[in-house]
Amino acid sequence: MTETRFARMKDLPSTHLLGAGTPMCAGCGGLQVLHEIYDILGDKTVFVNAAGCMTLLTIYPFTPFRGSWLYTAMGSAPAGAQGVRDALDILLEKKRITPDEDLTTVVLTGDGSAYGMGISATSAAIDRNLDYLYICYDNEGYGNTGQQFSGATPHAAQTATSKSPTGYPGYKKDLFSLWVANKPAYVATVIGAEPLDLARKIEQAVKLKGPRMIIALSPCPTGWDFDPKEAIAIGKLAVKTGVWPLKEYIGGKVVHTKIPGDRLPVEEYLKTQGRFAHLFSPVRNESIINEIQERIDNYWNTLGGD
Amino acid sequence: MSRKLLTGNAAAAWGARLADIDYVPAFPITPQTEIIEMLSGWFDSGDIQGRMTVLESEHSMITAAGAAAATGVRVFTATSSQGLLHAMEMIYAVTGWRVPFILVNVSRGLSTPITLEPDHNDVLAARDSGFLQIHCATCQEVLDTVLMSYRLAEHKNIRLPIIVNLDGFYLSFTREPVEIPDQAAARQFVGTFDPGNIRFRASMPESQAMAVLGGSPYSYFRYETHLAMLEALRVYPEIAEEFNKQFGRYHGILECFQCEDADYVFFMMGCFATKAKDAVIKLREGGIKIGLIRPRLIRPFPGQAITAAVCGKQGVAVIDQNLSMGKGGILHAEITSVLYGLKEAPPIIASFIGGLGGRDISQQEFFQMAEILVDAVKTGQTPPPKLLYTEHEFKEIKKLRAIAQVERQELKEPQS
Repeated sequence: MTETRFARMKDLPSTHLLGAGTPMCAGCGGLQVLHEIYDILGDKTVFVNAAGCMTLLTIYPFTPFRGSWLYTAMGSAPAGAQGVRDALDILLEKKRITPDEDLTTVVLTGDGSAYGMGISATSAAIDRNLDYLYICYDNEGYGNTGQQFSGATPHAAQTATSKSPTGYPGYKKDLFSLWVANKPAYVATVIGAEPLDLARKIEQAVKLKGPRMIIALSPCPTGWDFDPKEAIAIGKLAVKTGVWPLKEYIGGKVVHTKIPGDRLPVEEYLKTQGRFAHLFSPVRNESIINEIQERIDNYWNTLGGD
Repeated sequence: MSRKLLTGNAAAAWGARLADIDYVPAFPITPQTEIIEMLSGWFDSGDIQGRMTVLESEHSMITAAGAAAATGVRVFTATSSQGLLHAMEMIYAVTGWRVPFILVNVSRGLSTPITLEPDHNDVLAARDSGFLQIHCATCQEVLDTVLMSYRLAEHKNIRLPIIVNLDGFYLSFTREPVEIPDQAAARQFVGTFDPGNIRFRASMPESQAMAVLGGSPYSYFRYETHLAMLEALRVYPEIAEEFNKQFGRYHGILECFQCEDADYVFFMMGCFATKAKDAVIKLREGGIKIGLIRPRLIRPFPGQAITAAVCGKQGVAVIDQNLSMGKGGILHAEITSVLYGLKEAPPIIASFIGGLGGRDISQQEFFQMAEILVDAVKTGQTPPPKLLYTEHEFKEIKKLRAIAQVERQELKEPQS
């Protein structure tokens, strides 16, 4: 990572821009990430939203945003960003607005849209080299409808639509690599529990032009079944166990920004959440726990040179 | 002003060019594609200043159209058939954003079976969306309607998107002589786009398309959109009159052809209505006092204008180039709903379905429909709805099936 104005925690913004009193759940990891990102992005932004939990941030006639907001639909938020960006560019070119009226175009969606329904619009926005920042709050399921599994759900997690003793049979889709394969300007994973790492990545992203993606693992008390006060601890465990690698893609290279030295066993993370409780009781499911551990070990052991 | 042979598609593209558009989000689909190809060329040559972006789907295209209009630029886009249906979620959504832009729909029958030629089930699927709908019958009308529609859509009391419809193939690919207004005169007529308070600016943050909690605020905004659309019935004639003054062509809410002294009328929309006109002339030569009413505005539905035009007539033959499965013709249901209970309403309103997927409606069939109508008026009995289809067509279908059966049988038999 290059020069940063965020060397220490006390360098993080001390004024908070996003208003309080939203209907997000207590302990929402997504809202925490949004707070942290918004403080750095500022209010010269237009947030283009897809259907999900955060659609409920703005309810007529109130909004926690100091800047602008446009709700679109679940499948086409990047296309909404395209329309806004194109229009602002046209207005600037035709000198119908002054440069100080310009706005940063931000897409804000959950994993349901980012990993699934919106992926066609997202992929095409990369083809068109759309200048925008995509923030995905990834709570690993369709959270707003009561946590059914999505393409982002981890293996073996129980959700409202995967309640069998072995949980979700699929594996979490690698959205980071999907983006990286198409060589966009920037891709990063973040988590609210690591605000300094997050701040540096947003700082990096705003300096660049083109399609930029921030995938934020968002611990979800209601969907993952844990006490809201544990949200930060669980976020830290996601990093320390190696479940959620913090990394960025920039200038053609993937760099891991926080490599856990002595990785904690993954069960330390799994045990904290009701969605994995079936792996530990009534009997311990050794084979699934081992499989999850092996996949994590395999990821870190085959990383190569960074 | 110049006069040129233009296809319906080219007329639509010229309308957009003359309206001084800023932005075209696009996606190709037959039979609309010629429109975006022409516009693309004009952006490249600098004849249109602004930007064209090709999206990956019509759903995204309408999202981008709405978002750009919500940011304060003048937007034009076009689609057909499956494209309109693919976009349907956003067709409904963007009307609530109260953003004016023009969407040209080049009508084409819907799948299944998949086909290319026109009927009106595609555009009528958007009937209740909040888009205004204007249907054209000639290439000149397409160009003129695009120009007038920007005035209507951007009117401060309306601020809604408009679908301008033309029929695929029959109009989209038919060349007719079209007067192309001067750029300066057209620009002056359309004026500059004033987005009012619907735009995103750093100095004036704005939340658009937000959620509501509960039915009361929801109803408020839905009613507001409905009432705004009704305003178009008042505003449209003023715009049409102004257009007539400046360019010498009047395109009303309805086109009434030989209606004044008519006892009977055909009632249909789109370019197949020009076939009805021809039939009217021939039928009058045969002594039947019949006319044609062609509604141009379908949304808002011009109930009053239609009432005024048909009241006192003895019978109406409504020819629907669409089919609401399990119900029948959509226009038939619409017109009867505005006439019900009126003293002077025609006693017979007969329903005919025809022209699906580009199937022709022959002159002979117009004569037969007139005959059924005249007989019904005599007996006072409304005839059951008729699905136009000839014995010859039925035989042809049976022949195709027989050939296919024989071919299949031959493939099964061992080669000799």
